[in-house]
Amino acid sequence: MSWFKKLLPPRIKRSQKSTKGSVPEGLWVKCGSCEAVLYRSDLESNLHVCPKCSHHIRISARTRLDYFLDPEGRFEIGSEVVPVDSLKFKDSRRYVDRLAEATSATGETDALVVNQGTLKGIPLVAAAFEFEFMGGSMGSVVGERFVRAVEAAIDQKYPFVCFLASGGARMQEGLLSLMQMAKTCAALTHLSEARLPFISVLTDPTMGGVSASFAMIGDVVIAEPNALIGFAGPRVIEQTVREVLPEGFQRAEFLLGKGAVDMIVDRRQARDRIANILGQLMQVAESA
Amino acid sequence: MKTVFLEFEQPIGELEAKIEELRFVQEDSAVDISQEIERLQKKSQALTKEIYSGLKSWQIAQVARHSQRPYTLDYIEALFTDFDELHGDRAFSDDPAIVGGIARFGGRPVMVIGHQKGRDTKDRIYRNFGQARPEGYRKALRLMRLAEKFQMPIFTFIDTPGAYPGIGAEERGQSEAIGRNLYEMAALKTPIVCTVIGEGGSGGALAIGVGDMMLMLQYAIYSVISPEGCAAILWKTAEKTSEAAEALGITSSRLKSLGLVDKVVQEPLGGAHRDPQAMAQSLKRALQEALRQVESLPAEDLLARRYDRLMGYGKFKETAAR
Repeated sequence: MSWFKKLLPPRIKRSQKSTKGSVPEGLWVKCGSCEAVLYRSDLESNLHVCPKCSHHIRISARTRLDYFLDPEGRFEIGSEVVPVDSLKFKDSRRYVDRLAEATSATGETDALVVNQGTLKGIPLVAAAFEFEFMGGSMGSVVGERFVRAVEAAIDQKYPFVCFLASGGARMQEGLLSLMQMAKTCAALTHLSEARLPFISVLTDPTMGGVSASFAMIGDVVIAEPNALIGFAGPRVIEQTVREVLPEGFQRAEFLLGKGAVDMIVDRRQARDRIANILGQLMQVAESA
Repeated sequence: MKTVFLEFEQPIGELEAKIEELRFVQEDSAVDISQEIERLQKKSQALTKEIYSGLKSWQIAQVARHSQRPYTLDYIEALFTDFDELHGDRAFSDDPAIVGGIARFGGRPVMVIGHQKGRDTKDRIYRNFGQARPEGYRKALRLMRLAEKFQMPIFTFIDTPGAYPGIGAEERGQSEAIGRNLYEMAALKTPIVCTVIGEGGSGGALAIGVGDMMLMLQYAIYSVISPEGCAAILWKTAEKTSEAAEALGITSSRLKSLGLVDKVVQEPLGGAHRDPQAMAQSLKRALQEALRQVESLPAEDLLARRYDRLMGYGKFKETAAR
């Protein structure tokens, strides 16, 4: 039910069929930050950045790649890799059920989507985390798709860009998921040997085991405005140190101040800024 | 030192207390009760064997965290000679939660690095309960580079609840420090032998745990998240800690069968703390054997082998591309 329907008194709601009340579901979106009510189409043309307060709303992996890559000549890498429940993990629910539910909710088979394509004509491999798929958690499939993305980049001498959005390692795969941290970082050593750039783009949120592996290893590390980025979650830290956390703690701007990231880039400028960085690192001739 | 018995070991504890009592009595007794003592000792051993043959994962976790368990510096003392500790990350500070330095192993110069927990309250606080901060991981990396430069093999000992979740640690780049170590260790041109001696707590453990051989003591644990943390998040109650421990597959036997551990080093009956000397001896043999397997490889082959091992981590299915 939309927020608007909820507000209507029951009598009017009943009669809405005959009146102009047939507002399609989801035509309006409320900004999670400033609570401004926005037209969905306005928001989409603004790359899901609130036109009123510039809040960067979380977006799906595919939307992310759509916004970032040139529309033509794209294809997917690594979708043949799909998850298995090797530990037969069951908490209050079974891992296989959680996977099935995440797939029906997102249309994805796991939390990382990889595309090969171009950015303003520069060929590259780009990966994006799907946060709605079990919190963007990294298990065996995310690790393997990441490695295949890196290998594809090395094979073709392309740069690699990864957009992160993750709560960390996937508990349901136990230590196998922890090892993905080592596996992904190891793959990047080969990319580096080939002198190919790795650009890491940290979006809201980038935490835990994903943050503590390849996130900070980028040749250039970029953060989206106000993204929450850190190793331990704010609640865990608060419980450990029993102190109130400083204002803006673990936000992108805080990390920039501490020297942890190179720059904060507005989503609407990401294509231009990253194309500029890649163009220079890849020694692409200056365009006329 | 008097053995501290865990909750599930209480029947053993009671027997041992009785033995202790009899020994005390015997000293000024006219009756010879040595036979009775011997009988009880056998009974205690049999009981220990019985209890330890059916340990649950959560009970193993408690043995791994036992307050009398040998720590890194104990093993350094017992297994190595001429140890010289090296301090500091050269940028911010020295982190006592990680120790490291040069030493000889069977006469041969090596680098040894490990998490260090404290024994008494004061020491525990000084060591921050073995929870390293970024400067600890950066010190470890500095020492590993030193080892690479002087062609010394590296031994790491893992024993930490996890990387420290504090304000300063975040400000100084805990994520970067851990990630950097994973990245650098993957390509370090010297043999690395890692051993989980107690608690392998997530990223904080892995940050000194990438190498060519992965050993694990029998009652050590290694986990992506602590059983307590997992229970709190997935079951929403700490009461399910034991179930979480079982589900996560944190024990040496489980991890060996998953192919994540190369060798399980057997512990003395009742755990490493019941006979630290015997533990040190069998660990020493295991380390010698592990090093022997990788030390003769040329650097290029060593790195290729390490890379293949890392790429092999993970279980998934392959389908026809969608």
